[in-house]
Amino acid sequence: MTADGGKSEAVASQAPASEAPRSLAGAAFAVMQRDLRLALRRSGDTLQPLGFFVIVTTLFPLALQPDLSLLRDIAPAALWVGALLASLLALDLLFREDAQDGTLEQLALCGLPFTGLLAAKTAVHWLLTGLPLVVIAPLIATALGAPATAVPAIVAALLLGTVALSLIGAVGAGLTMGMKRNGSLMALLVLPLAVPVLIFGAQATALAIAGEPIAAPLYLLGAMAVLAVTLAPWAVAAAVRIGLE
Amino acid sequence: MNELTADNLHLWRGEHHVLRGVSFELHGGQCLQVTGANGAGKTTLLRALCALVPLESGQVRWRGRDVAADRGAFHAQLDYLGHDNALKADLTAVENLRFAARLKRRLNPAEITAALERTGVADSGSSLLRRLSAGQRRRVALARLLLTGGALWVLDEPGSNLDQRGQALLAELIEAHLSTGGAAVVATHQALALPAPKLLPLALQ
Amino acid sequence: MSWVWFHRFGSPPHFYRLSRRLVPWFAWSALVVCVAGLIDGLVFAPPDFRQGDGYRIIFVHVPAALLSLQVYVVMAASAAIGLIWRMKVAHAVAASCATLGASFTVVALGTGMLWGKPMWGAYWAWDPRLTSELLLLFLYLGYMGLRSGFDDTARADRASAVLAIVGVVNVPIIHYSVVWWNSLHQGSTLIGAGGIAVPSMWVPLVTMIVGFELYFIALLLIRTRGEILRRERNAHWIAEALGAPPPTAPAYGGASGHPAAHRPAVQRG
Repeated sequence: MTADGGKSEAVASQAPASEAPRSLAGAAFAVMQRDLRLALRRSGDTLQPLGFFVIVTTLFPLALQPDLSLLRDIAPAALWVGALLASLLALDLLFREDAQDGTLEQLALCGLPFTGLLAAKTAVHWLLTGLPLVVIAPLIATALGAPATAVPAIVAALLLGTVALSLIGAVGAGLTMGMKRNGSLMALLVLPLAVPVLIFGAQATALAIAGEPIAAPLYLLGAMAVLAVTLAPWAVAAAVRIGLE
Repeated sequence: MNELTADNLHLWRGEHHVLRGVSFELHGGQCLQVTGANGAGKTTLLRALCALVPLESGQVRWRGRDVAADRGAFHAQLDYLGHDNALKADLTAVENLRFAARLKRRLNPAEITAALERTGVADSGSSLLRRLSAGQRRRVALARLLLTGGALWVLDEPGSNLDQRGQALLAELIEAHLSTGGAAVVATHQALALPAPKLLPLALQ
Repeated sequence: MSWVWFHRFGSPPHFYRLSRRLVPWFAWSALVVCVAGLIDGLVFAPPDFRQGDGYRIIFVHVPAALLSLQVYVVMAASAAIGLIWRMKVAHAVAASCATLGASFTVVALGTGMLWGKPMWGAYWAWDPRLTSELLLLFLYLGYMGLRSGFDDTARADRASAVLAIVGVVNVPIIHYSVVWWNSLHQGSTLIGAGGIAVPSMWVPLVTMIVGFELYFIALLLIRTRGEILRRERNAHWIAEALGAPPPTAPAYGGASGHPAAHRPAVQRG
């Protein structure tokens, strides 16, 4: 029984009882690597928000008419409402599973700044759910009648917008972590906070389609993304800690 | 040196006064065995010791310093194993352990293999965790303790899902940890096979 | 030295006693000021040369809108104080603010819509101020919804405090974005150019604002007392305050300073 006692001693003595060389950057990188690996293994789940985005934006022409000049007018609305709703759907993937299998509290218990580790998780989450929306946006925008010249501006706006949405959504996801799967409370919390992103993003898209300069709304979107990156991580960490109690 | 002190801890969960003036003094080389009926507050006490749940009043001190004052330093020396294994079902045992240990310290692959061998699941290293039985997963979770090298182990029902040999393994691992000067807090229904001087009982009502 | 009163104010029994004495002052003065303001506004102020008598609803609408925003700030501030200094009274104040603020918002929306009908011919025309108020209402509803999602009051306090702080940072951003959105499309605004320049209109408006503030403080004190009563109902001091026999349930310690060790749960080895 204790034949392995020698080996256990060897393992135990190799592990120092106190400070060991490690860094937040290294751990954050490990978190991102793990989350990416998990997402690849469950690609069905990960692609759902993208599928949802495509379906929702398809609903608009079906509800109206297949007239491109008319669709061009509602393209900003369709794109951004679709992006908003797809982001909401994706938020379920952020914390819920980790909270249920206990891995999230291990991040809180490892002694490294929790804010940084959660920021890393949110970053990967955006890579997996926000960035695909940006990548497929040119296709959707063109299908809704946007001219090709408008596409770079639309992509830029969605890039900034999805970053802000991921972070705002992470706060909502953290606050509602322990609750029943009913997503409507999270939507109620997140959507009012996301309204500025919607307004400026849709306006940037509309201006781009009309061929006018989009500097103003784009700067405002950028400002919101920066504000979100600076302030949201604190709120996310505070919310998740409360959820872990 | 490795000393965990709890000083008159009080905690409410909603209306329920769960921890009512819990106090103890645990030294390195000792294991605090927390017993009590279901719902008595064992899990709550352990989580409060880890500073996961805020206390209404009272203080937890590790090596003389208030745990709430510097959570980061305390957590760096803490290993917590809850009811769940804190492992991802879609990763292999090796991948799980590599990640878990990476949060605490750098490792080489030989250490991971050694830890898996010690806990008797060396063959399951490359299997996805969802393919393993509950007992095997628990053993992988125990292997994590060997790798992260914390001075304080806080274990909540570690023997759940383990067969008799698994229970014996658990006792060995705890004893080995205590003999290096580490401390342990274990919530359990079953008796721990540890020599009496190392065991500090705490019964919650 | 000034921090002493801050911490004393934060003690539930002290707040409970103090607020009982303060409520009548605020309630009566609110009644007097509001009645005075209403009489002045409805009877004595001259009709507006463009809108006739219909504009008089601003004497209710503007104070309500102003307070709906102010109450959110008070809610966020007291929630932050409760979070940082772990003060129970602050959390009770924040909880009481939610329904009050939401009510003011509903009144502002309702009166705004009643004003909109004669102004634009429609009850709702996506005016930026009213749209902002609507989003503020959603923020309040979200706050109340989050609170009700937690069984444990302390966790509900902390989580909703985080939400309130995030919300208060966003309120100016949301308002600005809505105003900007509206200005692009030449929408109508309620208080546009030519607002309220005449003192005989301005005086009753300010009076009503003051009256609403007093009303808010009175209601806040009443609600917070009720909130404290509910939260501390097992504490010793409640019995003394109400002149009732002491509770038989296990005593609740907390900030009132009576730590209880009902039965020794420790066994030293």
